[in-house]
Amino acid sequence: MQNQIGAPKGLSLSDPRVRAWLFQIITVVAVVALGWYLFHNTQTNLQHRGITSGFDFLERSAGFGIAQHLIPYTEQDSYARVFVIGLLNTLLVTFIGIVLATLLGFIIGVARLSPNWMINKLATVYVETFRNIPPLLQILFWYFAVFLTLPGPRGSININDAFFISNRGLNMPGASVAEGFWPFVVSLVLAILAIVLMVRLANRRFEATGEPFHKFWVGLFLFFGIPALSVLLFGSPLHWEMPQLKGFNFVGGWVLIPELLALTLALTIYTAAFIAEIVRSGIRSVSYGQTEAARSLGLREGPTLRKVIIPQALRVIIPPLTSQYLNLAKNSSLAAGIGYPEMVSLFAGTVLNQTGQAIEVIAITMSVYLAISISISLLMNWYNKRIALIER
Amino acid sequence: MKMLKSTLAVVTAATALGISGLAQAGATLDAVQKKGFVQCGVSDGLPGFSVPDAKGNIVGIDADVCRAVAAAVFGDAKKVKFSQLNAKERFTALQSGEVDVLSRNTTWTSSRDAGMGLVFAGVTYYDGIGFLVNKKLGVSSAKELDGATICIQAGTTTELNVSDYFRANGLKYTPITFDTSDESAKSLESGRCDVLTSDKSQLYAQRSKLAAPADYVVLPETISKEPLGPVVRKGDEEWFSIVKWTLFAMLNAEEMGINSKNVEAEAKATKNPDVARMLGADGEYGKDLKLPKDWVVQIVKQVGNYGEVFEKNLGKETPLQIDRGLNALWNNGGIQYAPPVR
Repeated sequence: MQNQIGAPKGLSLSDPRVRAWLFQIITVVAVVALGWYLFHNTQTNLQHRGITSGFDFLERSAGFGIAQHLIPYTEQDSYARVFVIGLLNTLLVTFIGIVLATLLGFIIGVARLSPNWMINKLATVYVETFRNIPPLLQILFWYFAVFLTLPGPRGSININDAFFISNRGLNMPGASVAEGFWPFVVSLVLAILAIVLMVRLANRRFEATGEPFHKFWVGLFLFFGIPALSVLLFGSPLHWEMPQLKGFNFVGGWVLIPELLALTLALTIYTAAFIAEIVRSGIRSVSYGQTEAARSLGLREGPTLRKVIIPQALRVIIPPLTSQYLNLAKNSSLAAGIGYPEMVSLFAGTVLNQTGQAIEVIAITMSVYLAISISISLLMNWYNKRIALIER
Repeated sequence: MKMLKSTLAVVTAATALGISGLAQAGATLDAVQKKGFVQCGVSDGLPGFSVPDAKGNIVGIDADVCRAVAAAVFGDAKKVKFSQLNAKERFTALQSGEVDVLSRNTTWTSSRDAGMGLVFAGVTYYDGIGFLVNKKLGVSSAKELDGATICIQAGTTTELNVSDYFRANGLKYTPITFDTSDESAKSLESGRCDVLTSDKSQLYAQRSKLAAPADYVVLPETISKEPLGPVVRKGDEEWFSIVKWTLFAMLNAEEMGINSKNVEAEAKATKNPDVARMLGADGEYGKDLKLPKDWVVQIVKQVGNYGEVFEKNLGKETPLQIDRGLNALWNNGGIQYAPPVR
């Protein structure tokens, strides 16, 4: 490439640059030709057999009911709306699952490194048990063996007449917007701004003079105090509606269906077992010299872990953690086994069956999962770069 | 050079795949005859229609229709292989060529008959959608089900028809959908849902599988038409005619009083010209369908006429005890009617 002096002029196959270009062009043409051929072949065959193709089916009215929909839905809405509802349900499970699994995974991971024999062994048993049982079995267990064996709505467990636990799910008071809502939101924003400002000022003073400041307690006071002031002045932000048993079921309030609870619980416990091992390996990757240095500075267990070990361990933990998050997002599709209306069961199940257009539906579903996974990866990679060690 | 070789290999492989993928419709009969058996798509376990028995053989009225097709084509009702399919995969399995005929209590609707590249070859069983509830709910009519939680199988016409019924009557409900009918039945038993809804024949079948069948009652309302029948791929007229006329042959046999016990005697010595034509003693009607002359004789001898098949799988001797009802012959109070063989 650098050898301009002896290089042959013009297009000759003995010139490595020409060869490189030639092969790349051939490959691109081949891939595009392959893609076009497969697409054209599929179209021809579909037409031949009289199977409708195209995306018009998304506008047709759905005609079936859905157990849990985060946006308003009636049976005359289109398949496109069904798709959005399925997507929202998938994202709900994924998000809650990721948050809870990370929390639980970190706790168990650290517990497994504890010098206390009991805690150590309990964590080990947890990890070994839940890592080795297939996730679908765990989901089925939680659903059929735990949630469905709860009493029916008429015999449900009653907490304070506000929360009801039965095999129809967790019925809780439902919130709706009241007069004090927008002032409350404004006050929350103000409180957060105040806290950020306070922390900045406190840090600047600490670095200049070395005087510590009770950031935590003042922050807490601001966070609760300012919104409380808004409630006093403008009234309650939310109006609560209690669930009541009428006839077959509870009416009013919100309900967390047992399918959602079983799925979230099972996925959280399963993924937490993996995250625990990742956390443990991350913490152990930090050289013991760091702990010794921290001890010699007079830092105790808690601050050592929080301020010295874990920030360094995070660099080892984040990449495999991303994989676990992606696994959780994809494992949420197992919900079809228990009837949770997420994207695979609603869209790639019911809609596929009713329209018969398997190729389009599966293509859409796969693209969406790809999009979700790529988003999670991008987010985690950005965080990874931010905490990376900048070496000189 | 390596680059070129691997590119060439990829392009060749792709072309080969592409060419093989250009499967021609219209050749099912040839393919079946070359294979030596009929690949039949049935349900994943519905008593009376298609369910494995104690030895693992699939029994039921849908399975018997497939066996009749095999008896017609090969003269041997045992030349059938069954694929158990759930409601979600049944149409894709047929569209892609994985099964030759789908005999899986599938409802005949316009969207399935037209937009999917499939055609229905007849009606095995005229059914309708009903509701199965626990007696202790104290409900005696479907109109009292306002606010109920209902277990439904995903992707079936049941989902749509239940939604229409409740909307038309101004009632509310919460649907819980499952992949298989067994899961829905389990949820009914545990109390997760108040009502199980499906084709009435399925309700009787599922009730017989519950721990305490006597505690459950099928409500009197039938809220929709569900003609269940075998399905084949579009564009394959020969195969379509064979499946269609197999079913008609079984009905005609019952109408003429021909059953598995007397079919051979009748084939030899009948004086009735209709019977003679049908059993191949007179004329070459089997040839029109590309079937051997004694195709009806084989069907009735090895599988039985429609009445025998019904009684064996759904009748008084079975736990289901379903009445012929709509499925009786047209001259006996029902609507099963077959065109003549001539």
